[in-house]
Amino acid sequence: MKKIEVIQNILEANETIASRNQQLLDKHKVFAINIMSAPGAGKTSIILQTLTRLKGRLNIAVIEGDVASTVDAEKVQGKAKAVVQINTRNMPESCSLMAAMIELALKDMPLDNIDLILIENVGNLICPAEFTLGEHKRVVISSLPEGDDKPIKYPLIFVDADAVIINKMDLLPHVDFDIAAFRRSIAGLNPKVEVFQLSCKTGEGIEIWCSWILEQVETNAPKR
Amino acid sequence: MHELGVTENIVNITLAKAGEAQANKVIQINLVVGELAGFVPDCIQFYFDSLSKDTIAQGAVLHFESVPAQLRCRDCSTIFPPQDTLWSCPKCGGQSVEIFKGRELYIESVEVE
Repeated sequence: MKKIEVIQNILEANETIASRNQQLLDKHKVFAINIMSAPGAGKTSIILQTLTRLKGRLNIAVIEGDVASTVDAEKVQGKAKAVVQINTRNMPESCSLMAAMIELALKDMPLDNIDLILIENVGNLICPAEFTLGEHKRVVISSLPEGDDKPIKYPLIFVDADAVIINKMDLLPHVDFDIAAFRRSIAGLNPKVEVFQLSCKTGEGIEIWCSWILEQVETNAPKR
Repeated sequence: MHELGVTENIVNITLAKAGEAQANKVIQINLVVGELAGFVPDCIQFYFDSLSKDTIAQGAVLHFESVPAQLRCRDCSTIFPPQDTLWSCPKCGGQSVEIFKGRELYIESVEVE
């Protein structure tokens, strides 16, 4: 019997494709944001608000990841420059988008006419934490009804996030969510993270969030 | 939930390494999985049995070395295990912590003949 030393990261195959995706995006000066959250936290609503607010300022495409259906793609259609729906049901994994799926989706995108791609990941706080897609920034949305303990229960997704959105701020009077405690636990895990407080219902915070996006795109992937 | 893709990678890497070594059979695959990595060994084993069928890795033993989670305080550098919902430093009480160990997910070695 012979022992072969390997020491190889099992997720390396995904990471190789992810860096290839990022090279392709960089070549076309396209900025990509991976948006992750539990189901129902408001990913689609925030994307819709962002598309409306940044209309005429950025050409935005959306990649929708869902286990099944085209419900989200239909909502976004007409507001985005391009929409690609990925259904993960018939793929080897259904719980998260993976770099190979994004590679396929990018083939259908007019990259030279796009400034920003918003990638709506599958609703899940566990699996997307493990798979990079080639995105430039990772954003996690937590909504008030989910409770303020999520960073401690699902730390990995928060550890690697560039920004965290606290969504559904309009529900604050009705739920026991300690904003200060939540912000403290995120800052503890990830001192550099940006935190935004939003409500798609009242519009609170949308402008600040969109300014952050504009700043990211203009600094990192200016088309002109 | 995402163990199928992970197991596919384990089988691919193993077969590639065994092929390079001109092995006839894979006896054991030694995996290192961190406690925080979110992968379930039983689930990997289940997929492995079906994915390795009719390959030289069929019947190989999957040996999992679990790495317990360890955190490091950013203020005083103390290394400590997380206490379920409280991730603060037992020495200085600091709440700024980084994950020191527990995210590993790699193949350490493959035993062949």
